[in-house]
Amino acid sequence: MTMHLLSGDRPRSVVLTVLLLAILAALALAPFLFPGVRSLETAARICIFIVLVASYDLLLGYTGIVSFAHTMFFGIGAYGVALGLTHMGSTPGAMLAGTLLGALAAAVLALAIGLFSLRVRAIFFAMITLAVASAVAVLVSQFSALTGGEDGLNYKIPRALTPAFRLGEVAGLKITGKVLNYYLVFFVSLALFLLLLRVVNSPFGRVLEAIRENEFRAEAIGYKVVWYRTIATCLSAAVAALAGSLFAIWLRYVGPDTTLSFEIMLDILLMVVIGGMGTMYGAVIGATIFVLAQNYLQALMGVAADATASLPLLPQLFDPDRWLLWLGLLFVLSVYFFPTGIVGRLRAGR
Amino acid sequence: MTQTLLETHGLTVRFGGHVAVDAVSCAFRAGELTAIVGPNGAGKTTYFNLISGQIAASAGRVTLLGEDITRKSVAERCRHGLGRAFQLTNLFPSLSVLENVRLVIQAQRHTGFSLLSMAASHTELTVAAMAVLERVRLDRLKDQPVSALSHGNQRKLEVAMLIALDPKVYMFDEPTAGMSVDEAPVVLDLIAELKAERDRTILLVEHKMDVIRSLADRIIVLHNGALAADGPPAQVMASDIVQEAYMGKELTDV
Repeated sequence: MTMHLLSGDRPRSVVLTVLLLAILAALALAPFLFPGVRSLETAARICIFIVLVASYDLLLGYTGIVSFAHTMFFGIGAYGVALGLTHMGSTPGAMLAGTLLGALAAAVLALAIGLFSLRVRAIFFAMITLAVASAVAVLVSQFSALTGGEDGLNYKIPRALTPAFRLGEVAGLKITGKVLNYYLVFFVSLALFLLLLRVVNSPFGRVLEAIRENEFRAEAIGYKVVWYRTIATCLSAAVAALAGSLFAIWLRYVGPDTTLSFEIMLDILLMVVIGGMGTMYGAVIGATIFVLAQNYLQALMGVAADATASLPLLPQLFDPDRWLLWLGLLFVLSVYFFPTGIVGRLRAGR
Repeated sequence: MTQTLLETHGLTVRFGGHVAVDAVSCAFRAGELTAIVGPNGAGKTTYFNLISGQIAASAGRVTLLGEDITRKSVAERCRHGLGRAFQLTNLFPSLSVLENVRLVIQAQRHTGFSLLSMAASHTELTVAAMAVLERVRLDRLKDQPVSALSHGNQRKLEVAMLIALDPKVYMFDEPTAGMSVDEAPVVLDLIAELKAERDRTILLVEHKMDVIRSLADRIIVLHNGALAADGPPAQVMASDIVQEAYMGKELTDV
């Protein structure tokens, strides 16, 4: 049963299995284990980024396609929900319609970009995605009548998903709409991740790997490479859009900075590389570590600075304002020591 | 009368002012093994590339099983019955031996667009792939990544990929290049076996005269891109043009 859910793709490392189970348990029980607002925020963000990063891994790690438009698809999903809820009222139907239309729009746009440019060399595809993503970001910030411009959109989500909605108590925890909202994010993310895991272990996934390895030969044994690449791009875009929709439902706000910025694109790239490309499980590890570091490194450094207050130099180094420096350093080190990502390292070290 | 499987009509390709393949017309019949010879740069591999579709023809046509395939893509030609092994080993290096062959069989059976089934559950693909691997004696290495194989075994796998494709027209480009003396016969025996299945045609680019002598039913000679000779081995090797243009006087010494 478990193997079937995982599509026969074992973690293939004891340490990795333990890590994955720990992350799964922590996320599944997050509202009970870490009942703060901030920690639930972090847990939801981890769930969403696992899906987003896994969908990017389908492109980069499995098919060998470099795209810079992944946040654009994420943003399209987010704005889909935002527009649905703004214009059709705060009903579950509007939310669902926005989600599906967002995913559809992302897939259609990916199809257009794919058919237009996947025949050409990889570097041109990367450049075209960069151009389209920049164009969309500019459009969104300029089209303020529809998108709210730089300010973004605030909207109401169905009441059952808000903190104002109360359902009673389980194990000492007040079950509010916020908790329901978290579980919506958690289960949809889990389902999407398992779906992606299935896709990469399907006959289709094998062809993607063959294309990554040797596109020329894949064509020579009878696979229409352009179509496989295009389908992978569309699927990846649609899943990224669904992750964006979850993010919009969770945050109750969308804006260019939170969903479309190039910084998020860089974060996704780092998470894939740190976790391990072409492994899917790398997305889980990469996203978890990265989001935790983003949220808690500053606090941890504050503690370290206080603890070393009496020593020379160290307090300045650990000053919470320098957290980005340390984050950068951590990434340089992790890429240096784990060129195949954490998952690749763990699997090799059996 | 035996059936013509593949035919080129005035097939030509120009790169700028240079004519690499010059109006080559030739028919390849079922049950026949044709060796294509000629000095380096004579256009042998380019001729192969034109037939299998890696480069587009400037003029002329290619017909496969009676159908004009001149404008078809590499993948379409492959699906239509054309299989090619490459001169430089051209595999999926980090995938396993079994996976390489399974991918070929999967392409044949059109399961590539199945997104939601598990690859491992398609046991019929695995069984068929294993049968091919046994034939080339690579079955014991099935789980090795291709990059870990010796050069000779990679060449064998290259042949296995072609057998798995089960084409009507086999194209081998120096299949034993770089193989050791004990490894080469395995590949040559396989080619002989394929030849014995009378409904195929085999095209072989080869430099080694002993290989050509033992396998070929017919030799065509390319010289500066043009067809210089075509006929049974004994006749072609004895012809003046081959003596002069290609073999020099070496052949008489052999």
